[in-house]
Order: sequence, then structure tokens, then C-alpha cells
Amino acid sequence: MMKRLAYFLPLVLLAILAAYFSAGLGRDPQTLDSVLINKKVPEFSLPPIRGFNAGLSNNDFLNKVVLVNIFGSWCVSCRIEHPFLMELKKKGVIPIYGINWREQNQDDGPRWLKKFGNPYSLIGDDPKSRGAIAFGVTGAPETFLVDQRGIVRLKHMGPITQQNWNDTLKPAIDKLKNR
Amino acid sequence: MIIESGHFVLILSLLMAFLQSTVPMIGVHLRNNQLMAIAAPAAIIQFVLILGSFLALTYAYVVSDFSVINVTSNSHTAKPLLYKVSGVWGNHEGSMLLWALILSGYGAAIALFGGNLTPTLKVRVLGVQAMLGVGILAFILFTSNPFLRVFPAPENGSGLNPLLQDPGLAFHPPLLYLGYVGLSLTFSFAVAALIEGRVDAAWARWVRPWTLAAWGFLTGGIVLGSWWAYYELGWGGWWFWDPVENASFMPWLAATALLHSSIVSEKRDSLKSWTIFLAIVAFGLSLLGTFLVRSGVITSVHAFASDPTRGVFILLLLVVTIGGAFLLFAWRGPSLKTDGIFHPVSREGGLILNNFILTIAAASILLGTLYPLFVDVLELGKVSVGAPYFESVFVPMMIPMIVVMGIAPFLRWKRGDFNKTTNKLKVVGVISLIGGCFVWLIVDRSSALSSLGIALSIWLFSATFVELTSRIKLFQVPLKDSMRSIIRQPRASWGMTFAHMGLAIAVAGITASSTWKVESIQVMKFGDQVKVAGYTYTLKEVRKVQGPNYIATRGIFSVKKGDNFNVTLKPEKREYQTRTMVTTEAAIYSTFFGDLYAVVGDRDENSGGYITRIYFNPLVPWMWAGAILMVLGAAISLTDRRHRVGAPARNANIGTSQVIVK
Repeated sequence: MMKRLAYFLPLVLLAILAAYFSAGLGRDPQTLDSVLINKKVPEFSLPPIRGFNAGLSNNDFLNKVVLVNIFGSWCVSCRIEHPFLMELKKKGVIPIYGINWREQNQDDGPRWLKKFGNPYSLIGDDPKSRGAIAFGVTGAPETFLVDQRGIVRLKHMGPITQQNWNDTLKPAIDKLKNR
Repeated sequence: MIIESGHFVLILSLLMAFLQSTVPMIGVHLRNNQLMAIAAPAAIIQFVLILGSFLALTYAYVVSDFSVINVTSNSHTAKPLLYKVSGVWGNHEGSMLLWALILSGYGAAIALFGGNLTPTLKVRVLGVQAMLGVGILAFILFTSNPFLRVFPAPENGSGLNPLLQDPGLAFHPPLLYLGYVGLSLTFSFAVAALIEGRVDAAWARWVRPWTLAAWGFLTGGIVLGSWWAYYELGWGGWWFWDPVENASFMPWLAATALLHSSIVSEKRDSLKSWTIFLAIVAFGLSLLGTFLVRSGVITSVHAFASDPTRGVFILLLLVVTIGGAFLLFAWRGPSLKTDGIFHPVSREGGLILNNFILTIAAASILLGTLYPLFVDVLELGKVSVGAPYFESVFVPMMIPMIVVMGIAPFLRWKRGDFNKTTNKLKVVGVISLIGGCFVWLIVDRSSALSSLGIALSIWLFSATFVELTSRIKLFQVPLKDSMRSIIRQPRASWGMTFAHMGLAIAVAGITASSTWKVESIQVMKFGDQVKVAGYTYTLKEVRKVQGPNYIATRGIFSVKKGDNFNVTLKPEKREYQTRTMVTTEAAIYSTFFGDLYAVVGDRDENSGGYITRIYFNPLVPWMWAGAILMVLGAAISLTDRRHRVGAPARNANIGTSQVIVK
């Protein structure tokens, strides 16, 4: 009898696995996450990067829909994402705040922006990950969408591309702006 | 018109698959020969129809018909022809079509070459194979149709990812699919046998060559992908334990286990329900891989654009096929009689231990791959499981496995003589110990595990070699007789020798390249020199080179060692114009002891020099050579007549000198 039952074991394991899969299907490991979603931007204050006047703090999030983009000159994917951010700036779609994360050298970030262009209206320097920890960043690039009341509405992991811009970010921004 | 015809024949092929999966199965049940006779021609027609559909899509790519959405989003007129063609399977829809093509191709192969199968088994195998076809074809037609049009047609396409414009990656998916989908056939054999309620030595003998072929293709496909990552991603690494890599590795482990357990089923008429179980699991893991890549449940660098509808469909397919098979297994499995009785120290014992380790290894990789999903679903937060987990779990399991791999081929079926075997392997053991100690004392005192890796590699290689010499009785009989018996060795044994030696060589390569890699990153101006692992690299110049659809920054390094060694390395950084994307083309020069590996990076604005990364990757060529030997082993074994000749006698006691009658 026990032996007969053992032959049912694979079926049981498959059922458990399938249950997890069907539960996992509704979720997108890329966007749904962060404990911050639908909560206020955490308190933080970052100094400006070298050669810039203004830093970035939670007081800068008022009365406008903005993107917060975590970047670093060391991050290859940020380099890939960068032209798209430049295009957003050129078209004036939405202001973008930058958090320059974990630069080894104070000059690396400014040099990178000088070379490729600066899409950010405000930038905070974050060598010790204080801002990144406040936002619960898992890697770079990562982008948060914050609404007029300073509430985090969306988190996007990885580079923004035309496709995921059209699919998720753009509709979310339009919805917030039209409120 | 051609596109619409391609779409149309794809619909026909679905109907044909449906016909093939129902009518002949009813025929077997009613013992009606006319209905049964439909199976084979239906399988061939189904294959021809899908081939037509596949060619239609290929045509659209070759002529750059941008009115087809699939072509628009994955091709570009500026692409070389080879990559236009490989673009057909470089995207979700096209790759599923390739999947279906190969699936039906295996079915057609059974229809054409399965003459020695019993008629009912053949019909049932084709029936099950067609059921899989129905699932996959419906999936393509309802959720992933590659023949959809767009109006108005755009001027040009949006290009293929330039990372994928590479000969290694152009052939990686077809090979991998030949392996993945090849396991569909062993699955069909397993399910057909369960329906039939009979698994005997003949069944195992029919399954073995197909398992072997699938295993060979899978090995080749995985290695090609790994080789691509090695030279294209520019980090000198070749395996990242990414979910999608794991998705190809798990079926490989299961197929390796199946390969060995089916030997026991054939020769000893034993382990039958286990072999059936493995055949189901191996294909189940293939389907799981497909599900993981295309559903978006797990983040991976490889993932195709994720789409929940597709995910639901594949999940359903997975549950119905594998769940159905397991249900059948639960029902029929217990009645499969096992009569081979054996002593733990015997060849069966060794093979069972090997199966046990391979299965546990596959299970622990499955756990690590899916763990982030489990945690996420249970709302416990987000985690990622990386290389440290997989290495710390997988590597220790391979140690006993390789030890046993050295011993088991010496053991006889039923009851092996442990003392006699250990006597034969005494010298091998001592040599391996000396080798390991040498590495530990002379090369690197810091890593005992790596010394053990090298010792295991020596152990497996020499034990396999000694096994070969003892089979041909080298030095025991006159040399002439030994040479004569070397020719008479069955090809299947040669296959084992090659594959095991290949693994031994690969183990040395894997150990050395992951432990003793030398890496140097710096800014270099023209004329600057860097010394890496005894080689002196001089940056001669950096210039811009125009490629077919990219502009490359090419660095020229002159590499010297002593007076006699002088080579030039030309790594490139390519910027593709159609997409703002940059790829690195590492320059690699292989020597016997390792690869010289150079990458050129961005210009450093301050100093005017270039960022360069230079690696010495020890024994990496051994890894590729070992893998090639393994695939070669599978190929040689496949040419063995015994794999093709009909119902066998139970030749459990084949002596070493037995001549195979031609």
C-alpha cells in the first residue's frame, strides 16, 4: 500500500509546483514589489554632486509628477538607458530626479553626465547608499514614479526602454497627470 | 500570399496533429489496422506542413517583408543574411515554430525509421507525440502567431538585438531545441509504454538511442550558449546560474540520469518504473524551461517579452501533459515488474548511485531557481538566489559522483568484485592523490577544494583509461591481440569512454578557470605595458573600424612572453547604429594552458587612455575540448549497430571479447 502511494508522489509535487506557478503568473517580478508603493517618499536628504548647486531631498516632491532614477557611471545598463532619458528631457515629458549611487570617485558622476548629457533636473549624491536604502533600491538602474502628493506610485527595475515606457510607465504617468 | 499560405498550412498541421493523436489511438484500442495505419503518414504530413510554414516565415525574413509584425520587430535590412535567417528563431513566436517543427520532425523520424517497433507501440508513440503537437501548435496559433500583418508596413524593421548577431548564438537555439524537444520522444515512449502496460528490455533498447541523441544535442546546445557568453559578454565568465541557464541544465541532468538508468532497464530488465519516471521528468523540465522563459514569473537576462496569457497557456500545457503522465504513472507504475536482483556493489549499484546524485542535483537546482518565486508568492519579500547557493550545493554532490564514475564501469552486472576492482584502481588512486597534493603544495595553498577538483579529474581520466586497457587486455595478451580487440570494442563502449574522459577534462577546465583566473583592469595609453600571468601586453593603437551595421573601436595589443611567443590581439567595442547599443567583442588567443583574453573599453577623458580588461583564463580550452569529446561520445555510441537492430536477446552477460555480428 505504501508503495502504491509513493507512485502518487510526483503528481502531488507537480500540483504544488503548479499552484505556485499560477499564483506567480499574476505578478510581475520587475514592477510589483517595494514596500514603498502607495506610501509617501521616505525622509532623506542628499548633497549635490560635485560642480552642481542643488542636492535632492524628500521636500523636492511636491505638486508635480516626477521620476526618480537611480544611476551610476559604473552601471552598464544605465548607459543603455541613458539616451532614452535624454529623449524624455528633450521632449519635456516629465521632470527626472537623479540619485547618483555608489560612485567610487566624486568626479565620476559629473564626468559621466558631461560626456553623455544630463537628463536630470535635480541630482543627489549617494556614495553611501543612504538614499538608495530609503527607497529600497535593489540595483541600478531603477526608477520610481512619484505623484503630486509625494506618494510613490510605481517602481521599475532595469533600464527604461521604448517598450516598457509605452506599456507601463507612460499610461501610469498619464493617469496621474489627468487626476 | 506566401505568408498567408504559411499561416494556412500551420492551421492544417494542427488538424493533422489532432487526427494523428485520436484516430490511430482508437484504432489500437479496437485493433483496427486501417485506423492504426493512419499514424505514420499523418506524422510525415504533419512535419511537411510545419516545414512549409517555417519556410514561409523564413522567406519573409530573407526578403525583409516588413508588413509582417514579427519581421518588423526582429529584423532590419542592414542585417547580414545569416542573421536575417537566425532572426526567425531569435524571437518568441518564431522560436515556438521551430519547437513545433522539431517536435514533428522527431515524430516523422519514428514514422520513417521506427520499423522495428511493435506496431501498437509505434502507433501509441506517434499518438502521444501528436498530442504534444496539438498543444504546441494551438499555443502558437492562439497566442503567438508569427504571421500577423501590420498596415501600413513600416519603412524598416527595428533590428535584432546586436548581442544576438553572432554565429555562436545563431545556432545555439536550434541545437538546444533539438535536445529539449528530443526528450519529447522519450516522454512519448514512456507514456505509450504506460498505456500499453508493458515495459521490457526491448522497450529500453528503443528508447536509448533517442535519449542519446537528445542528450548529445542538449550538451552541444548548452556548451554553445556558454561559449557565446564567454566571448561575447566580455567578463571572461561562462556560466552564471541564471534561471534560464538552469532551465537548460536541469533537463540535461535528468537526461544524463535517464541515459544511465535505461542501460540498466535494457541489460538487466530492472529499474523500469524509475526509467519511465525519469523520461517524464526530463521532458517535464524541458517544458518548465519553456514556461520560465516565456511567462515572466522569474526575472532573467534571457527572458522573452513576458505575457501572462502565454504563461497561463504553457502552464496548462505543462499540467495537462506532465500531470496526465504522472497520473498514468501512479496508476500503471506499481504493476511494472522488476526481476533483476543485484548486490549493492555491482554495475547496477553504481548506476543507481549516479542516478540518485543526478536527480538530487537537478532537484536542488530546481529549488534554487524557483525559490524567489516561492518566497514572492508567500509574500515574504523579494530574494534572489545566486551563484554561491548553486556552487555550494552542486559542487559537493559532484565529488562522490566522479569517484563512483571511476569505479562503476569496472564492476560486473549483478555482483561486482570490490577487491579486484580496488586492486586495479590502486595505482590510479595514488596518481590522483599525488596530482592533487602537487597542485595544493606547488600551485595554490589557499584552495583545497580546487586541488581536489584536479585530483578528481585525474582520477576519472585515468580510471576510464585503465578500464579501456583492461577491456582490451593491454599487456596481458600480445599487443597484436589487444589492437585487434580495440577494433572490436562495441561503439557504445567507446561512447562511454569518450564521454567520461571528456567530463574528466572538462572538470579540470572548470576547476582551474574558476579558481585561478587572473584579471587586470586598468587605463592604458598607447605604448603602455601590462603584465598578466607572465604575458606582457602592449597597447599599440586604437582605431575606428566600420562594420556592416556598426562602428567598432578596435584595440591592438601585442602580447609577448619570452623570445618566442608573440601574438596580436584585436578586441573590439561595437556601436550599432540601428539600436543605440554597444557590444564587446573580446579577443581570445588559446594556448594549451589557458586563454589570453583582452577587452577594450571606453576612452578615459582625463588621461586620454583607454580602459582595458585583460584576463588569463586557465584551462578554459579544456572545458570546450571536454564538452566536444562528450558530444562525440554520444555520436559514436549512436552509430552502434546494436542501437538500431531489432528486438534483442537478454544479453546480460556479454563478455568483453564478444564479436558483434555484422
